[in-house]
Amino acid sequence: MPRKRIINGAAAIREAIDQSMKKDSSVFIVGEGVPDPKGVFGTTLGLRKKYTKNRVWDMPLSENAMTGTVIGAAISGMKPILVHQRLDFALLSLDQIINNAAKWFYMFGGQQSVPLVIRMIIGHGWGQGAQHSQNLQALFAHIPGLKVVMPSQPSDAKGLLIASIQDPNPVIFLEHRWIHNATGDVPKKLYATPLGKANITKKGSDITIISSSYMALEALRAAQLLESLNISAEVVDLRTISPLDEATIIRSIKKTGRLLVVDSAWTNGGIAGEIITRVVTKHMSLLKTMPARIGLPNLPTPSSPGLTKYYYPNIETIMRSVCDVLKKDSSPIKKILAEDPSLAAVSHDVPNASYMGPF
Amino acid sequence: MKKNMPKPVEGRHIQRIYKTLLRIRMVEERIAEIYPEQQMRCPVHLSIGQEGIAAGVCEALEMKDTVMSGHRAHAHYLAKGGDLKKMIAEIYGRETGCCLGRGGSMHLIDLQANFRGSTPIVGGTIPIAVGLAWAAKMKNEKQVSVIFLGEGTTEEGVFHESLNFAELHKLRVLFICEDNLYSVYTPLDERQPERSRTGIAKANGLYVDSGDGNKALEVYAKTQKALDYIRSDKGPAFLEFSTYRWREHCGPNYDNAIGYRTEEEFEMWKKKDPLVQLEKIGKFTEQYKTSLRSKLDTEISEAFEFAKQSSYPKKSDINPNLAYAS
Repeated sequence: MPRKRIINGAAAIREAIDQSMKKDSSVFIVGEGVPDPKGVFGTTLGLRKKYTKNRVWDMPLSENAMTGTVIGAAISGMKPILVHQRLDFALLSLDQIINNAAKWFYMFGGQQSVPLVIRMIIGHGWGQGAQHSQNLQALFAHIPGLKVVMPSQPSDAKGLLIASIQDPNPVIFLEHRWIHNATGDVPKKLYATPLGKANITKKGSDITIISSSYMALEALRAAQLLESLNISAEVVDLRTISPLDEATIIRSIKKTGRLLVVDSAWTNGGIAGEIITRVVTKHMSLLKTMPARIGLPNLPTPSSPGLTKYYYPNIETIMRSVCDVLKKDSSPIKKILAEDPSLAAVSHDVPNASYMGPF
Repeated sequence: MKKNMPKPVEGRHIQRIYKTLLRIRMVEERIAEIYPEQQMRCPVHLSIGQEGIAAGVCEALEMKDTVMSGHRAHAHYLAKGGDLKKMIAEIYGRETGCCLGRGGSMHLIDLQANFRGSTPIVGGTIPIAVGLAWAAKMKNEKQVSVIFLGEGTTEEGVFHESLNFAELHKLRVLFICEDNLYSVYTPLDERQPERSRTGIAKANGLYVDSGDGNKALEVYAKTQKALDYIRSDKGPAFLEFSTYRWREHCGPNYDNAIGYRTEEEFEMWKKKDPLVQLEKIGKFTEQYKTSLRSKLDTEISEAFEFAKQSSYPKKSDINPNLAYAS
């Protein structure tokens, strides 16, 4: 067995870019702050020195035009990676993403594909507020022609980003800010984790919890803690939001007969609703109980920690929902959480105890 | 000869520009003529009256140079050498069209001619054309990327963003602004203050020039000068040419009667017909003109026949997997 190499999500993403650029000279990266001293939360540090100005670019504050220029580069045989430090900034480029990147291939008769990755980072906690924390995976998944990827584990962050760069289509790569801080074993070599394939991060028989991105990490912790209540939950980490891995979802529900979807976004018009719809319209007979979903209240994200503690679902919310679906007593949950030392030390608005802000 | 005076345009160029211009005119007049048959079931934005710009600019280009455009793109596509049959078939929605019938008149593409695409979101293709030039720079290729846009497009934010980026990296981009005074029915004074658009480009550091778009030879000469500048890697250029759309914004008809512009204004511009002006300069013989018209007429008839004979795309084209390359 090779020794484990534990690194965090940000380092895994940096390594994916580095190895992809090394392997393929048509890969280049551009974004506000890509070559700056902070290097987009560490994910682009050192790349300019290694690959020069001709492949590692900063950019003017022109999100829409820059998205158009990378589309132009992509149809010229390049493989651009465009980075937005916040997903919310990329909303200025929806015209280019939706009208051009997504449609170019089909609209022009399949003559030119757009091999483009747009990394968008989703803020969370520390008062990020309404315009620095939006989880808009459903918006992008709605658009034919786009692929939407949302890793949780560091090893997936690397493998899925490499696969996204190699994919001939435009890929919206959504990085929840807190998966940058998550740590895990990440293989050193260059490898691609296939898009459109979900990952079962914990096996179980009583209920299927489907989740993605940071909430998949929370769901996994919740499922582990539920073991003490004799609840065996299976956790499906979607990894790719579009295309959805329907086969894995259905296979898991066949086994458990119960479904909880945990999304990091608003429930209204969201992915959780899409998943439940697919299950009940095609496989209603597999379900022993009514499916359930967890998401954000349909309200812009507030800034104050006094409000965000009620706004964001967490491990406790997930555990309670599981008990509801299984009609089990949820009263021991408070005690289980209080006795877990790793939870007690961390405030709800930071990814870990060492996080000190400011953004 | 005075300094800065453009060189006189050689006869062979005049003849070629004339052919291009006449061909575009005749193609679009044919579209207008039989559009009422209801077989071209998509919007058409005709450039009749404006063709001098497309013909003049594209004559100055090399094969390797690329062209992109917007919703009113027939002239640009044809002037760059786009396949006529495939364009007509596309307008007819047939599987032999340049987009296999998925695009229609507002989405033209001919990669062999280096016509890299046109789309109808105003300003949408500008940054893509800049991106072609950016990629060319990264790959050390030398072609120029030409983007045709209307004066209304300069009201879009993406236009300004694109000028900034093209100049920042001294990209080989030629912006061609066709000023036809109207955005659909809205006149300029409802949309823009009294200032020049070349001033905007100049403030961004671009080479700028402007001229009479109905004088195709002037367009050609000014484009050549701009291309010299661009090809010496001094930076991008912005040229604006004034012109006038004869027919309605979208469709085959004249629409002077609906009240957004006057018949007098239209007649005044019609007197400046780019085709007639070029015929005068070219001093072509009647025999040459008649024989050229007859040749073009045959070519155009064949293209329409080709389109009408072609099949519609198959039902299997409605397959979600086709939205993705594999």
